[in-house]
Amino acid sequence: MAAMKKKRKGVKPSHSLLGNFFNIFILVLLGLFMVMPLVLAVSNSLKPLEELFVFPPRLFVRNPTLENFHDVFVLLSESWIPFSRYIFNTVFITVIGTLGHLIIASMCAYALAKHRFPGRDLIFAVIVMALMFAGQVTAIPNYLIMSRIGWLDSYMALIVPAIGKPMGLFLMKQFMEQIPDSLLEAARIDGAGEARIFLTIAMPQVKPAWLTLMIFSFQDLWNMQGSNFIYSEELKTMPYALSQIAAGGISRAGATAAVTVIMMIVPISIFVINQSSIVETMASSGIKE
Amino acid sequence: MEAERSKKSLFYLLLEDIMSRLSVTWKEVKKAKVSYAFIAPFCLIFIIFYLVPVLVSIGLSFTYYNILEAPRFIGWQNYINLFFADDVFLIAVKNTFLFAVITGPLGYFAALMIAWMINEIKNRFIRALMTLAFYAPTISGQAFIIWKFIFSSDGYGLVNGWLMKLGITYEPILWFEDAGYIQPILIIVVLWMSMGTGFLSFIAGLQNVDNSLYEAGYIDGVRNRFQELWYITLPSMKPQLMFGAVMTITSSFAIHDQLAALAGFPSVDYQAHTVVSHLIDYGSIRFEMGYASSIATLLFFTMILCNKLVQRLIRKVGD
Repeated sequence: MAAMKKKRKGVKPSHSLLGNFFNIFILVLLGLFMVMPLVLAVSNSLKPLEELFVFPPRLFVRNPTLENFHDVFVLLSESWIPFSRYIFNTVFITVIGTLGHLIIASMCAYALAKHRFPGRDLIFAVIVMALMFAGQVTAIPNYLIMSRIGWLDSYMALIVPAIGKPMGLFLMKQFMEQIPDSLLEAARIDGAGEARIFLTIAMPQVKPAWLTLMIFSFQDLWNMQGSNFIYSEELKTMPYALSQIAAGGISRAGATAAVTVIMMIVPISIFVINQSSIVETMASSGIKE
Repeated sequence: MEAERSKKSLFYLLLEDIMSRLSVTWKEVKKAKVSYAFIAPFCLIFIIFYLVPVLVSIGLSFTYYNILEAPRFIGWQNYINLFFADDVFLIAVKNTFLFAVITGPLGYFAALMIAWMINEIKNRFIRALMTLAFYAPTISGQAFIIWKFIFSSDGYGLVNGWLMKLGITYEPILWFEDAGYIQPILIIVVLWMSMGTGFLSFIAGLQNVDNSLYEAGYIDGVRNRFQELWYITLPSMKPQLMFGAVMTITSSFAIHDQLAALAGFPSVDYQAHTVVSHLIDYGSIRFEMGYASSIATLLFFTMILCNKLVQRLIRKVGD
């Protein structure tokens, strides 16, 4: 790593200065296209009503105000179910689902990466295959299965499938391959049991991966509306409640903009804080033949 | 006689071989109890909520099932109806392929090129900032709703406002109501959100290419950064290319949410109607579960097939 950083400073024979300039120039242009809508979302959320409906429309807010955010909270405090309940629901399923996913997927990943047993390669192949189809394919049978088990209209319907997400297992397994076998072997000779080796040796070695797993799982659960499985109002999630505000259409344009900003700020900040460990995990994400 | 005996003994030999293999495997299975305990919880959930549903979906696709009555076996009828009696499905297929073929490869190569360009930047902080800028739309939840404001159908919308102010048009264009505009706008929005997990995988893969490979390349006569990309960088990050392809293909065949939120569901002239829209229509609105399952099954096999094909292509990179 240190050697790599040093090399970065040196001039590569393949790189011209003009090329470097063009590279940055194009990236900045494209980057502006990517960021502009998000900036616009923030700017809109700060616009007072008269600025939202002005011709010609303005990109940036002139007289920023928190009116819209205030409106959101007023709307929410008037709702039939207190808004704190929606927040609790989302936080609850996010925390339990994410922790459960981390623990259970890591256990499985550890055995798949570091143990040899019959069926191992087949199991992993099936899990890689599961990355290749989207959730919509299984939506109907999932509904039928949930109703058979009696999990409809309960947290379980949202939490349990999220715990078994193949993506997290895949990333963790690929990352765990890097743990040197000698480390585990030494512990085995010292008489440590597998559970102990997993907890005290394997897991501390893969901290960037568990951060990544938690963040991906967090993002799924945080944005989950779950209205397919949940019909009791008091069990519904925050994204669902917020989407109901947004469904108010033009009369709630300001509040909708505020809601959008509230929903996007959390995942983006979490990504910013953990960017380096996510990138480190993704380095081992490749699918080998 | 002789031949028969040797045939018989061959059979016994084979049987013996299989038996001994099985007993070895069984011994191994028993020995690996701990490993199975480790994978059991995950595999249980995975089987119930990911594997069984695929099988159930295939099974139900051959039935008429409306949830109220027990499923009734009707053979290939659902598939026959899909292709010969359901015009909207054919529109959905056409749209899905249009969106998938444009946004899939374009999004994939854009993600790869941008990841590469970001990696060419020397300053670490700027690299991180750029990564964030391109990845943020993917993780910002419902933020794509803002495109509804940009392409709003009245004079307060950004694009209409500007076009009218500049005197290019005199009345607002109905972006999401005019069948000619819906698809191009949606394609822009989908591309805007298409960096995805694959992009992060590319960023990481690029950072970890062994530097000595580059030095060897300079000796072998690599002169510019494009040669470097094709002959050195890409071949050494094939696994990440595969992973990115899987992510892109899966998500581009599953496009629906953004389209429905922006263009409405159902949309004007079914312009934003994809296979997933059709699936949701029959599964969650009309409760024709058998029919919806046949759509899901087709989607499943299309995704898997495309993935396999593209992986075969990627293996050839840099050869």
